[in-house]
Amino acid sequence: MQPLLTACEVQGAWSDSAGPQWATLRMERGAKEKNHQLYKPYTNGIIAKDPTSLEEEIKEIRRSGSSKALDNTLEFELSDIFYFCRKGVETIMDDEVTKRFSAEELESWNLLSRTNYNFQYISLRLTVLWGLGVLIRYCFLLPLRIALAFTGISLLVVGTTVVGYLPNGRFKEFLSKHVHLMCYRICVRALTAIITYHDRKNRPRNGGICVANHTSPIDVIILASDGYYAMVGQVHGGLMGVIQRAMVKACPHVWFERSEVKDRHLVAKRLTEHVQDKSKLPILIFPEGTCINNTSVMMFKKGSFEIGATVYPVAIKYDPQFGDAFWNSSKYGMVTYLLRMMTSWAIVCSVWYLPPMTREAEEDAVQFANRVKSAIARQGGLVDLLWDGGLKREKVKDTFKEEQQKLYSKMIVGNHEDRSRS
Amino acid sequence: MERAPGSGRVPRVLAESPSACAPAVSQASLLRLYHRFRALDWNEKGYLSRVDLQQIGALAVNPLGDRIIDSFFPDGSLHLDFPGFVRVLARFRPVDDEDNGNRDPKEPEPLNSRMNKLRFAFQLYDLDRDGKISRQEMLQVLRLMVGVQVTEEQLESIADRTVQEADEDGDGAVSFLEFAKSLEKMNIEQKMSIRILK
Repeated sequence: MQPLLTACEVQGAWSDSAGPQWATLRMERGAKEKNHQLYKPYTNGIIAKDPTSLEEEIKEIRRSGSSKALDNTLEFELSDIFYFCRKGVETIMDDEVTKRFSAEELESWNLLSRTNYNFQYISLRLTVLWGLGVLIRYCFLLPLRIALAFTGISLLVVGTTVVGYLPNGRFKEFLSKHVHLMCYRICVRALTAIITYHDRKNRPRNGGICVANHTSPIDVIILASDGYYAMVGQVHGGLMGVIQRAMVKACPHVWFERSEVKDRHLVAKRLTEHVQDKSKLPILIFPEGTCINNTSVMMFKKGSFEIGATVYPVAIKYDPQFGDAFWNSSKYGMVTYLLRMMTSWAIVCSVWYLPPMTREAEEDAVQFANRVKSAIARQGGLVDLLWDGGLKREKVKDTFKEEQQKLYSKMIVGNHEDRSRS
Repeated sequence: MERAPGSGRVPRVLAESPSACAPAVSQASLLRLYHRFRALDWNEKGYLSRVDLQQIGALAVNPLGDRIIDSFFPDGSLHLDFPGFVRVLARFRPVDDEDNGNRDPKEPEPLNSRMNKLRFAFQLYDLDRDGKISRQEMLQVLRLMVGVQVTEEQLESIADRTVQEADEDGDGAVSFLEFAKSLEKMNIEQKMSIRILK
């Protein structure tokens, strides 16, 4: 209980005091101080697990249950089932993957009722503080932010269209870069995103591919407001489509039609063409393929690592104290999500530019992808998982089950062969 | 989007069913399991179906995954509500030694007793619920655990040997009592317990 009250009282002081200007400055300063620490991985498993392997556990079970001397003549025991049984029920209680697709649970409350589950009524003062917070966020911050966002997007569309009419050349590139940058910076202000960039000397260069972990669509804006990138994505309809068409007039981005996305060779070909042209900007890609809740990094799809360009990894870590940036696309649509973002206190994050990596001679695309993934996870303080983010929507493949079966078979049949030999 | 603090966060189902679940699981653990239930029920139906449990990646790669899921849906039911969910998971609560000392023998056995843990495991073998593990059922479970890695003859010999060793009254099948007897030295309380943190 104790930390919860102190955190709230501090934040209460912020919102109570005179001048939202002062409050914003205080928030920024506090946030910047925090961002200089390295984030620890947040391990909030709810059950106690022993990290032993299948073989060790089964042997231990047999040893404890049997009065016979442990020798290789044991092939199968009735008790072997306990291992699988317990492991199975453990995963029902808590597994590594399901919890990555919902917002992270915080240890102390940040005056937003949306990110706290185990939450009960505590005191009148807290409720009043919370109410005040709602008032400030919705009636003051939100209109300001919407106005800014509107300005940013319209400027982007208008600016890039105007630049598109110029003849190709250095002047056009210069202008297009600056129009993009300016509009992204306005959008960053619209979300009150307070970003700390580390190691800016490692920023991606032309002809490279920038990969980052994916938490929300805002990642794009955050990265693009500090560098010049070519975007990759599917063509959308509506407002997004208008923005995409305008952007591509000013400088080359890589937009795919829905039908083209399935064709992996076509995708690879277009990306390769783009990176080989050194005058084009570095590509920004999120290899996880889906949004994860910023506590872990999931399997990277190998497509972008097969192209053979230099990879510039970037780690993005959001501070959950001020707002939850994760986009749970099965729960919220894009508009609801943006509204939630604009009614949080702020989006505070750290961006680390890691040194560039290239694929070494003996490793294949998958190993290279895993190497990059580990580097990103380590830097951002995230848990490095081998599971595929696609598990959000699909079932896991049967090949993984066969691995377990093979391991177990070796135990019981391996012993059988020893017996028949002796 | 905003909910006032204390606006009915503690769900009704927990408040109403203490007698069904409370002796089996502590209040804090109950809350944790409730949030887990909600997380698994991603389209908010209020109950879980088989498919929801099959979505768990780590369970799908467990060779006995389907059997474990079956134990949550007894008697062919299709919907799993929260009290049912807790009732099964309560069997895995670690056993407190004080429980056994102070227990009133007239009260029903607690869900996480040694016998009930053994019964859970027995159920995974005994598919037709006739109270006996026949040689055929033993073969089926073995086949699940090894997949295609082992030949039929090897598997049959293993099954025969296991049934023979455990079978005492010579009826060619392993009853629950015989099962319990062959595992009497096993530290079931520890092997079949899952401790919920905080």
